[in-house]
Amino acid sequence: MAEVLVLAEHTADGEVKKVTLELLAAARRLGTPSAVWTGPGSEAGVARLAEHGAEKVYVADSPDFAAYVAAPAAELLASLVASLSPAAVLIAGTTEGKEIAGRLAVKTGSGVLTDAVDVVAGADGAPVAAQPNFGGSITVHSTVRAGTPIIALRPNAVAPEPVAGAAVLEPVAFAASPAAKATTIVERFAAERGERPDLTEAQIVVSGGRGTGSADGFKVIERLADSLGAAVGASRAVVDAGWYPHQFQVGQTGKTVSPQLYLAVGISGAIQHRAGMQTSKTIVAINKDPEAPIFEVADYGVVGDLFAVVPQLLDEIGKRKG
Amino acid sequence: MTTLNIVVCVKQVPDTAVERTLTPEGTLDRESPDGLINELDEYAIEEGLKIAEAHGGEVTILSMGPAKAADSVRKALSMGADKAVHVLDDGLAGSDALATSAALAAALTRVGFDLVILGSESTDARTGVVPAMLAERLGVPQLTLAATVEVSGAGVTIHRLTEDGYAVVTGSLPAVVSVVEKINEPRYPTFKGIMAAKKKPVRTLTLADLAVDTGAVGLAGAATGIADWAARPPRTAGVVVKDEGDGGSQVAGFLAERKFI
Ligand SMILES: Cc1cc2nc3c(=O)[nH]c(=O)nc-3n(C[C@H](O)[C@H](O)[C@H](O)COP(=O)(O)OP(=O)(O)OC[C@H]3O[C@@H](n4cnc5c(N)ncnc54)[C@H](O)[C@@H]3O)c2cc1C
Ligand SMILES: Nc1ncnc2c1ncn2[C@@H]1O[C@H](COP(=O)(O)O)[C@@H](O)[C@H]1O
Repeated sequence: MAEVLVLAEHTADGEVKKVTLELLAAARRLGTPSAVWTGPGSEAGVARLAEHGAEKVYVADSPDFAAYVAAPAAELLASLVASLSPAAVLIAGTTEGKEIAGRLAVKTGSGVLTDAVDVVAGADGAPVAAQPNFGGSITVHSTVRAGTPIIALRPNAVAPEPVAGAAVLEPVAFAASPAAKATTIVERFAAERGERPDLTEAQIVVSGGRGTGSADGFKVIERLADSLGAAVGASRAVVDAGWYPHQFQVGQTGKTVSPQLYLAVGISGAIQHRAGMQTSKTIVAINKDPEAPIFEVADYGVVGDLFAVVPQLLDEIGKRKG
Repeated sequence: MTTLNIVVCVKQVPDTAVERTLTPEGTLDRESPDGLINELDEYAIEEGLKIAEAHGGEVTILSMGPAKAADSVRKALSMGADKAVHVLDDGLAGSDALATSAALAAALTRVGFDLVILGSESTDARTGVVPAMLAERLGVPQLTLAATVEVSGAGVTIHRLTEDGYAVVTGSLPAVVSVVEKINEPRYPTFKGIMAAKKKPVRTLTLADLAVDTGAVGLAGAATGIADWAARPPRTAGVVVKDEGDGGSQVAGFLAERKFI
């Protein structure tokens, strides 16, 4: 079976992100998965990759990946594509993942499919990716006609599957070319999300909108999220007002989430917001305006004041937890 | 003062507020719904104008699209851009991101640039890969997902939005920049601007002008293809209850029934 390359997402100390396990599960449908590890931490991460079926782990332990934007990873993958001729390359559909995929497509003259929510082997064994379009109202099945199929898979779309793999380490000598060092990362700032799950990985997301009224009012969203073990999301209005940091924005220009349960509290449900949450399995909305468009996509809605409804809901959850 | 040659890429897209559909071939039906400037590109135009105002320079709009895209080009000019280039060729219809970036890169090489500014994503294709592809093709820094842009001397520094925060990222000119909607508040065209736009030069370039191989673009040259598509079953109309003092309990009941609590 042909090799399928999976670009591993991980922290600097080697913690493998869940989306990488999802990519490995998808890769197994297309061939034999090999992970590609950029930067340090592979010693700590390799066990996790082995538990999810990686047969090989190509390790390029270079500081260039953390120092420059997107281009070094694309360069590494392009050289692996040239030497290994894999059946496909799977990359996490994060913002940077998509950029790496795009650059790799240019370098290798290959077709790239972004925002995939599923991938299977077609009749000829080549990948067929499902992509939601127009904010989720249409599902398109796409194929790649040229080069090596490059697929950026949305986090939380495919379930990880534990299965043993050899995870043989294959060190790769890599130093980025001058061209790949054009964009320098000077400094990084990351916001704390505490004990809460990652927004794109969470099973439950509780999002608050302008209806929360203030940064202080928004705290009720955090309390509700914590009572459900959920991630916190926010509408753009909340982020623009400075009530909550931008990386929690859900929507067209924020994160796309697809949890089992999405609670929209005090959010009107503008099309740009719906574009980021419409594929959630179950949607619950709390809004005082019966005409709010969020109710059009909600499985369950309550027309009411969130400052009355949410505290009561918190009480009920507390009671049920015993 | 140096004069910056700023090119802003603007795409015409169907209005997101109306029903959008695909042709039987699986390409976007660009004829039926009304075309508008891709929202994020308005922020790109605004940023281009601001940088030109602050540093001295000229803003050129670059758009690839059917004849109708001229409306968006004109609107961009009415916001204050100086001139425009419209890449117009029947052979481009159905181009995917790879082909689009090839045509745009050819046009950019032809017109020259110090700074290319794009929206970070189009509402129709939503690939979000064209800016990175352009940087790759042009061999210039990729300053994408910018919430702030600062041009100084020969360099550009941005606050790049990341998955968990932001990063300060820098590169030299010429460069490709893409912006997010947090960056500014796009201006509205003034009456004077609308009148002035009518006289601003719009140059049309064909694939032959750009020496782009027709086999590499359009539906025929697309590196990706659509096997089939289907409308997702519309979300079944859910239950909506009015809070009569028991709204929280009602939600709890629903969540319990679905085993979330
Ligand atoms: C280019 C572009 C990109 C965008 N990207 C995004 C994006 O990624 N994500 C996003 O969210 N938006 C995005 N938007 C903005 C979007 O159009 C809306 O403006 C935004 O989603 C509105 O946020 P909201 O629902 O919180 O606020 P509003 O629309 O003001 O809605 C607030 C809601 O709260 C309700 N409410 C008020 N008080 C209470 C109360 N006490 N109890 C219960 N309900 C109450 C109101 O009835 C109302 O429905 C984008 C816009 C543009 C132009
Ligand atoms: N046909 C086009 N003409 C001009 N600019 C485009 C075109 N397609 C994409 N772009 C630019 O690339 C950005 C990202 O688009 P996309 O990668 O398609 O999501 C857009 O916001 C535009 O600035």
